[in-house]
Amino acid sequence: MSGVPEERFHRTLADKGLQEAIRSSTVRLSDHRRTALETLPEYEELRTQANAVKRHTIENLESYLKQFESNALAHGAQVVWARDAAEAADFVLELAKRKNARLIVKSKSMTTEEIGLNERLAHHGLEPVETDLGEYIIQLAGERPYHIVAPALHKTRYDVAALFTEKLGVAREIEIEKQTRIARSVLREKFLAADIGVSGANFLIADSGAVVLVENEGNARLTTTAPRIHVAIAGIEKLLPRAQDLAVFLKLLGRSATGQPLTVYTSFLTGPRREAEIDGPDELYVVLLDNGRTRLLADAEKRQSLYCIRCGACLNHCPVYRKLGGHNYPGAYSGPIGAIITPQFMGVMHHPWLPFASSLCGACGEVCPVKIDIPKLLLDLRADVHTAEARQGQGRLERLGFRAWAWVMRHPRMYEMAGLMASALLAGDRWRSRLPDLVNQGPLRAWLSQRDLPPVAKSFHRLWRERRKAAAK
Amino acid sequence: MTAREQILDSVRAALGSGPDRHRAAPAVRISVPERTPDARIEMFFSAISNLAGKPYLATSPTDACRHVAGILDGQPAVASNAPFLRECGITGLASVQTGFTDSGALRQACATAAAGITCAHYALADTGTLVMLASPEEARLISLLPPSHIAVVPQARIVTGLDELFSLVPQPGELTSSMVLITGPSRTADIEQILVRGVHGPGEIHIVVV
Repeated sequence: MSGVPEERFHRTLADKGLQEAIRSSTVRLSDHRRTALETLPEYEELRTQANAVKRHTIENLESYLKQFESNALAHGAQVVWARDAAEAADFVLELAKRKNARLIVKSKSMTTEEIGLNERLAHHGLEPVETDLGEYIIQLAGERPYHIVAPALHKTRYDVAALFTEKLGVAREIEIEKQTRIARSVLREKFLAADIGVSGANFLIADSGAVVLVENEGNARLTTTAPRIHVAIAGIEKLLPRAQDLAVFLKLLGRSATGQPLTVYTSFLTGPRREAEIDGPDELYVVLLDNGRTRLLADAEKRQSLYCIRCGACLNHCPVYRKLGGHNYPGAYSGPIGAIITPQFMGVMHHPWLPFASSLCGACGEVCPVKIDIPKLLLDLRADVHTAEARQGQGRLERLGFRAWAWVMRHPRMYEMAGLMASALLAGDRWRSRLPDLVNQGPLRAWLSQRDLPPVAKSFHRLWRERRKAAAK
Repeated sequence: MTAREQILDSVRAALGSGPDRHRAAPAVRISVPERTPDARIEMFFSAISNLAGKPYLATSPTDACRHVAGILDGQPAVASNAPFLRECGITGLASVQTGFTDSGALRQACATAAAGITCAHYALADTGTLVMLASPEEARLISLLPPSHIAVVPQARIVTGLDELFSLVPQPGELTSSMVLITGPSRTADIEQILVRGVHGPGEIHIVVV
């Protein structure tokens, strides 16, 4: 397998502090999940229902997208469709320009990580500020989230102290509670000064046109309440048919992610502030993002990857994630779910080793609250990688063959010798076994096994020479 | 072709005509357990306490007002425009500002208040959750900006849990632009998995059931 960043893997494995941080965090999150599920006797039924609802929604995505759109519009939201990352990011950029906004507060969103929104906004002179504590820390550090629900899992209090001193100019503070207060006061000012708040969406509700956000800190509430404008960016797969489906999904999400029966805040947002309501944003935009999702949708088996509700349970239970951590996975999504969606969003040959970064122990599939068969999809993707590699290999071989043929054709002596060799080689019907192993393998073997060659005719040159020899005797 | 048309076309093309298309959605799964009012209060209080919230059962509206006054201890607070808070006499307390209809003025008051006082529309017994619906009576920021949130809940509004909430409010968007479920104080564990309360929202929650 080519392109495996082995050197980086070894660095991660050799970093004892990091290994301990990953181990303790994933073990703790797994334990919390297990304890929380002990008090949910209907867990298996809920999983089955969640899987059935997601399956149904994805299979009927077109009608649910339209239903969502018309209900969102009816409640005064605006719906924006984005084919790819650039279109989604450009929309926010244009909106900021149009509204004369510079400061943009953001609540935690894997989708905006996926489209590289912060980089794009910053590149154009805007100031995007992450407000989830973990995301804020990694933004200051200029890194990517390490884990879907615990983005700064790899940072110690000492890392945070150094970062705050360097970036915020505050005195060194190593107490976690006080570090949190520092972030609170810095970010509080940002919330109150920002013109635009950007969030993701945990769910989009078709029968309501609503955006649902789940969080613990209150930063998503502030992001969607304090600024005049709220932009929610969501993949088209985030739909649920009915608000009532949340009774199932919310019970699964909090418990699977952090072991909470419900996260601290769940916001069900339908359109901007209404006439008589006192506060809330005046404008709400929902950006529906494709960015590779419709391509993924075309595979009837693999489209179940789109059921994912981003709980992170598969990461916590994965023996590979527990060793490699988050940053060794390419793209925004790490762990087993990353190993199945990243290749599908980007194409399998971008990081062909990714579906192989699994021991196939099956834990990811067992803990998935929406029953995505992750191990099966990993195998399917491995097969896709092999097919793609074979196709590339075949292409190379073909090109090589034609170059050799062209050379031979331009050199009469060579042509004649090649003809002699071919007729010797192909005489009788055991010619296939006489092919050198180098040629007779892989795709070529399959191709050759289906074909019989006529005996090689003698060239005119050879016939003429033979006749001259016979005449001379 | 617009992005909308192209995405919808791609979705249509990708899905083809699978066996599940146009079939009815799986039936909604909602089951509401039977619980006596007392059992609900007991469950609610135990869930709140587990989350480090502070519950109090008031014997009367006057008792509720007395309890809230005790928590405030003269510190500035903002109360929502809910009629029930007025009925309890809470809006008449000396350090309590109320009656905001302008978002700018409200924001200013909330930014400096020690506590926000609201009247929850529902409470979920099994998870210790408050359900807040934004309306002319309830602003969003009162339960969000001040470091402490005091929620007054008439006893009849305590429902069993999420399932009952969604059977009573099948479409929250018909009622409000914002329905928020609040389950305990704001918290984070983003640094070394150490729990810290009150990171962005209130770090303290007091619940007064009347």
